[in-house]
Amino acid sequence: MSITVIYTIVTLVVIGAAAAVILYFVAQKFKVYEDPRIDEVEGALPGANCGGCGFAGCRAFAEACVGASELNDLNCPVGGNDTMSGVASILGLEAVQQDPRMAFIRCNGTCDHRPKTSSFDGAGTCAIASSVYSGESDCQYGCLGYGDCFDACDFDAIVMHPETGIPEIIDDKCVACGACVEACPKDLIELRKKMPKNRKVVVACRNMDKGGVAKKACEVACIGCSKCFKECPFDAITMENNLAYIDSDKCKLCRKCVPVCPTNAIQELNFPPRKVKPAEKEECTTT
Amino acid sequence: MLKTFKIGGVHPPENKLSKDKAIEVLPLPQKVFIPVAQHIGAPATPVVKRGDVVKVGQVIAKSRSFVSTNIHSSVSGKVTKVDFSADSSGYPKHGIFIDVEGDEWEETIDRTETLVKDITIDGPAIIQKIQDAGIVGLGGATFPTHVKLVPPQGMKAEVLLINGVECEPYLTSDHRLMLEKADEIMVGIQLLMKAMNVEKAVIGIENNKPDAIKLLSEKCKEYKGLSVVALKVQYPQGGEKQLINAVTGKEVPSGALPIAVGAVVSNVGTAFAVYEAIQKNKPLFERVVTITGKGVSKPANFKVRVGTATSELVEAAGGLPEDTGKIISGGPMMGRAISSLDIPVTKGTSGILLMQEKESSRQEVLNCIRCSRCTNVCPMGLEPYLLMTLGEKQIFDRAEKERVMDCIECGSCSYTCPSSRPLLDYIRFGKGKVGQIIRSRKK
Amino acid sequence: MSKLLTVSPSPHVHSSDSTQKIMYRVVYAMIPALIWSVFVFGLDALRVTLIAVVACLAFEYLIQKYLMKVKPSVTDGSALITGILLAFNVPANLPWWIIIIGALAAMGIGKLSFGGLGNNIFNPALVGRVFLLISFPVQMTSWPVNKQAGIDAVTAATPLGLLKEGVKNGTPIADIAGLPHLNDIMLGNIGGSLGEISAVLLVLGGIYMLWKKVITWHIPVSILLTVAAISGIFWMIDPAVYVNPGYHLLTGGLMLGAVFMATDMVTSPMTAKGQIIYGIGIGVITISIRMFGAYPEGISFAILIMNAVTPLLNYYIKPKRFGGQ
Repeated sequence: MSITVIYTIVTLVVIGAAAAVILYFVAQKFKVYEDPRIDEVEGALPGANCGGCGFAGCRAFAEACVGASELNDLNCPVGGNDTMSGVASILGLEAVQQDPRMAFIRCNGTCDHRPKTSSFDGAGTCAIASSVYSGESDCQYGCLGYGDCFDACDFDAIVMHPETGIPEIIDDKCVACGACVEACPKDLIELRKKMPKNRKVVVACRNMDKGGVAKKACEVACIGCSKCFKECPFDAITMENNLAYIDSDKCKLCRKCVPVCPTNAIQELNFPPRKVKPAEKEECTTT
Repeated sequence: MLKTFKIGGVHPPENKLSKDKAIEVLPLPQKVFIPVAQHIGAPATPVVKRGDVVKVGQVIAKSRSFVSTNIHSSVSGKVTKVDFSADSSGYPKHGIFIDVEGDEWEETIDRTETLVKDITIDGPAIIQKIQDAGIVGLGGATFPTHVKLVPPQGMKAEVLLINGVECEPYLTSDHRLMLEKADEIMVGIQLLMKAMNVEKAVIGIENNKPDAIKLLSEKCKEYKGLSVVALKVQYPQGGEKQLINAVTGKEVPSGALPIAVGAVVSNVGTAFAVYEAIQKNKPLFERVVTITGKGVSKPANFKVRVGTATSELVEAAGGLPEDTGKIISGGPMMGRAISSLDIPVTKGTSGILLMQEKESSRQEVLNCIRCSRCTNVCPMGLEPYLLMTLGEKQIFDRAEKERVMDCIECGSCSYTCPSSRPLLDYIRFGKGKVGQIIRSRKK
Repeated sequence: MSKLLTVSPSPHVHSSDSTQKIMYRVVYAMIPALIWSVFVFGLDALRVTLIAVVACLAFEYLIQKYLMKVKPSVTDGSALITGILLAFNVPANLPWWIIIIGALAAMGIGKLSFGGLGNNIFNPALVGRVFLLISFPVQMTSWPVNKQAGIDAVTAATPLGLLKEGVKNGTPIADIAGLPHLNDIMLGNIGGSLGEISAVLLVLGGIYMLWKKVITWHIPVSILLTVAAISGIFWMIDPAVYVNPGYHLLTGGLMLGAVFMATDMVTSPMTAKGQIIYGIGIGVITISIRMFGAYPEGISFAILIMNAVTPLLNYYIKPKRFGGQ
């Protein structure tokens, strides 16, 4: 009995010691020098591996940062300025301040607003539906509603509204990584400057058809009437291809454009309710 | 033993409802919409404007690059606008709207039915004329024919294959054309042979068209180097690579053109168009279109002017059946479902298929049971179940290694899948993405 | 037009085949062997089959509905097949509670823990069988007496069991007592698991499945040829120690395994080449266990081992590509 125990202990100790020696020499032989700052920078990053920086994950971004002589073109949209200044201090470089951004959805073509004129029956992704035709309604620019943006979002910041079928951004979770922008085949999502309290004033339409055609396809289409363009006191609105566009750098959130829009195509989000505003508009906009 | 391609294939029900219906001329429509991009390659540039009066056969849009082709007016009348409207791609495309007034043709066009057999011009002149006449592959791919006839540097065509297979179920336009215009097709083939400077041409016809095989075999005896091969009824026999494989036994290498094995493939409809363009001076502005479907009261084959709305064809075939659930431009395996009857007939429209409501929607998608049927039927020897997953999960580098770019989108995998999985949907998506990646790599 | 037009990507037609039809064809193919087992073992066979089938269907329904929270798919016929195959793989006198444990192992561990139909790596019925064989070795190897054979005993050994015992004791094959004649084996007048006894009826089922294109010839033929070849070579070397290949082909679970279990679509390779390698692998492992292993029968283990190799075969063995490699 005692002999068995001793044999066992001795054998295991010998195997363990031999393995330790082998491992030590292997580790010495195959040692790869790596800049320790890469680990440091990676530690300062959020670690979401979302690809919003344009690199394949946080480590690749960290390597790029360590190799760079200045941080002008490198930005982690998830971490924002705090993270980037942290990275800058590790590397002894100067941090470049960038305005935080957030995602805007530019379609409000819900079922009520946009009559269906055909029905799609195929694999349910926006990419496939858009390869077959322009969509189930007469608006060829609008949201298809199969949620490629939802699938692309790593931060649970997009939900597909169960009734309207249109995605909604949960602004507190959105880190502006841009994955949804890439995923949308209709180019409906755009990253714009983050406003105080996540407030947004946005032309929720991408329809570039002439007014009559657009209006027929969707009740809340921008018909290109230019009323908002004339109303805007800050020259933040431009008109192109029968479509109004609000420049978030110039917009001061005065919301004067919202009531003048004859088709209610301009959405205001995350504002407190207006005093004299009829309830109808709010229904479509609040989450 | 009939010849056929070596790998895979399926045999969907043929349903050739209109095979005994002679080609009729569809009455002229009130107005037409002629897209300027009816071919693969750069769209033609419109050379008419609103208010212009045009004649039948007049060039209304000119090609500006080599891989492109001219567009001719199919009617006479007044141009009402140059604007966007949906074509069978499902997206609005640039095109020319014409209100039809009378039927006044260009004087140069020979409108008689007499057969002109003598070939008076040389090869390069034939190719030039094919280019001017706006001829594209009429089998459905719409690749400009003149581009095909000029082989790349260092390559030489040895054999011309004429595609009379018509392997798509329902469609009969090529079948009727072979029966009714056999002589013209023969002359067209001679012209193509002369243009390419080849000695040999083979017409491949599926064995479900014995009358066409018999007639064309008879006619072939009058010409040197021409023969007919009867092929097994198996889809996709009419695929370019499959046809070459069936007739010559050669396999076009992955990523290469048919010319790599010395073959050029043309459709019978194209051969007929070539005859008309050269012997009759008539550019391509009309084609034979099958209108068919199980609910259609009068399935038929019509000679239709390009730009005619689908609704005109449907009316002529007895109106839209009450239970129509889907309208397909082309055949049921590779055609495109269209969402409106306003969509025009273009050079590539071989048929309009009206499907009944009960056959229109897909069955419920179930789990893959790895039965390997998709792998067995794939005519390119790919693994559709794998490519679908790679497309779905967006693993494009692996999809490229698994040769997703070889997919000919024939749909045999989706057709055969017992779990009704949307194999081709995702494979096509993956193929598109991989194509983008490859193009961006080349830059 | 009353409804909206449908738009979908091509193709717009679909073959009349469906997963359900394939599954039910497998069930039809198993019916002759099932009837024969009732004939041989009496109503006990029916009892075992019914318990196994009901238990498999119930476990699939309950697990999918309450644990996985997905739409139950009991009607697709796959659980029915698992139930029948599990019953085919156990003795007809097995207590009901062991069968239910086997069904739970088959459905729960073998199939649904991987995500349900199509996602399992191992053949669920075999997972159930092997689970039982290891957990309840006594009950799983006490074979009821064949009512047709007319021997006056409660339990009897299988031909392969007798062989193993004989060879272990050094008895020459000719002297092993009670070894049945080849004709009886062919017809199924022998002891054994419920569904494995009649090689002829199993082959009949296989031919039906081949005709209906449910299976291809590659897997069963490569398994049987491999077993016949290896056992044939050894038999020719020393017929006193090694039994003739006909015995190996017709006894034990080989035919059942080769026709119904190795051909399970979900767990077998996708390409013809891969299927042949898979079949040869099963054949080699089976015959090795039978001749040199501790168990008298090895097909279950052989199939499970090759099931595990299947993903690798799928990865490395590609179909013949059009236009060369």
